[in-house]
Amino acid sequence: MLYAFLCCHDEAIVNSWSKEEDDAVLAKRHRVTERIAAKGKLGPAVRLMPTTTATTVRMGREPLVTDGPFAETKEALLGFYLIDCDSLEEAIETAKAIGRDERVTFEIRPVRLFAPKGVAA
Amino acid sequence: MTDIAWIDPLLRSARPQAVSALLRYFRDLDRAEEAFQEACLRALRNWPVNGPPRDAVAWLTLVGRNVGLDDVRRGKKSEPLPAEAAISNLEDAEADIAERLDDSHYRDDVLRLLFICCHPDLPAVQQIALALRVVSGLSVKEIARAFLVGESAMEQRITRAKSRVARADVPFEAPGAVERAERLGAVAAMIYLVFNEGYSASGGQAHLRVPLCDEAIRLARLLLTLFPAEPEIMGLTALLLLQHARAAARLDADGAIVLLDDQDRTRWDHDLIAEGLALVEKAARHGRPGPYQIQAAIAGVHARAARAADTDWRQIERLYAALERLQPSPVVTLNRAVAVSKVSGPEAALALIEPLADPLGSYFHFFGVKGGLLMQLGRATQARSAFDRAIALARTPAEAAHIRLHVDRLMQEGQTAEKNFRHSVGTPRPGSSSA
Repeated sequence: MLYAFLCCHDEAIVNSWSKEEDDAVLAKRHRVTERIAAKGKLGPAVRLMPTTTATTVRMGREPLVTDGPFAETKEALLGFYLIDCDSLEEAIETAKAIGRDERVTFEIRPVRLFAPKGVAA
Repeated sequence: MTDIAWIDPLLRSARPQAVSALLRYFRDLDRAEEAFQEACLRALRNWPVNGPPRDAVAWLTLVGRNVGLDDVRRGKKSEPLPAEAAISNLEDAEADIAERLDDSHYRDDVLRLLFICCHPDLPAVQQIALALRVVSGLSVKEIARAFLVGESAMEQRITRAKSRVARADVPFEAPGAVERAERLGAVAAMIYLVFNEGYSASGGQAHLRVPLCDEAIRLARLLLTLFPAEPEIMGLTALLLLQHARAAARLDADGAIVLLDDQDRTRWDHDLIAEGLALVEKAARHGRPGPYQIQAAIAGVHARAARAADTDWRQIERLYAALERLQPSPVVTLNRAVAVSKVSGPEAALALIEPLADPLGSYFHFFGVKGGLLMQLGRATQARSAFDRAIALARTPAEAAHIRLHVDRLMQEGQTAEKNFRHSVGTPRPGSSSA
């Protein structure tokens, strides 16, 4: 069974880490994920940019595009796509195309770090 | 659990929101700060035992409000203090206050707290000091260090600034749309001041001021979280991120300024650049350009160039022209002239800055740019006098040292040119027997 691990933390705190503190956290995690990677069991790892960079597309009769992260509490994260887009505009159009005729909402967030095999090359 | 290092960042990041909410409650800055301080002390006792609360801001606000009230009651010598546990574990009350903090009041609370620090009667330095003390919670000692002044002098300045804003009476009602936009503009300018105070520092003590840049970015991000759809706040945040991304490459080992063209671009922080560029793009979708967005876009053009030679100067010139239309100022024109010199040559740029001699007659950068352009045109004597003027106007030793480098280069080139000239006409150099 594949499991997705969604990292959740207080953003204000993570943003206030110094570069050294941030690097230290990643290095600590790396020591664990490295062992998992050695067994060939590690999939892609992704770090997202802060929620201030997010754009939300809410599908409905007319898709509604708003700035900021997805903030509803009664809806839950059900899955995600990772798509290479040339611009935010293209990303928004892609979300509208995927979600056509649905009531789904997409939060579009630029990716800060992408390690396809889980660990940085 | 004895390690309490995890608590400090929680308290730090909760501070602006909690102090803002307490200020609305008590309507007195000193009382709000004291109440927050006391709540932090209780957090340090309580959290290591009970673990962190679900919502640190709500916990600190609730506890701060209660201890503040206790102080009032104690003053009146009435009821005894409630037991510590009674205020520390009230899940319901916490959820209740979290809900109330989530509404738009809360956003205006933080904006008000920031706005109080931008009182127009306060000189820039006092605005910055007050914001760092009250909103960011930096100690007087830290702030004094950043401004390179004594602790008691800084303490005095902050006290004076506080009593000034206490008399200002910023209304506590939710502001109207126009009022809110005005406050937002003033607060953005103040955050930019904080950043510049850290960014313009150079020389041996420059590292002391990096915290000012970090704080400014933290405040800009906070503001953007509260006003996620304001393109100018996106622009401001992007501008700070893109400029700060170059911090490591801006000064050499001796603390001397390294110009953009000469910076080692591999030392730029590419995570900050990516975030800044994402915000620039997001802001542009609104189609409401403003000065911060344009300046961020300019910083973005530099950030995109892997080598200085790859810089799209045409785009930079267009952006400065747009900025000039939006916010005409001789300094913006001076910057456009630099772009013009790259696109159309030094002659055109020199013509553009000629009329600025009067308004920028005591501006270091004006003479630096002028000297550089004259140097490119081979007008060495005039270049020399412009550089001399720049050195006289330099605000920091690093600025002066930087111009001296140009002068040295000019002298060397001058000597080479002179040598070549003499060679070509066959005149021996005075005092030289080998020629």
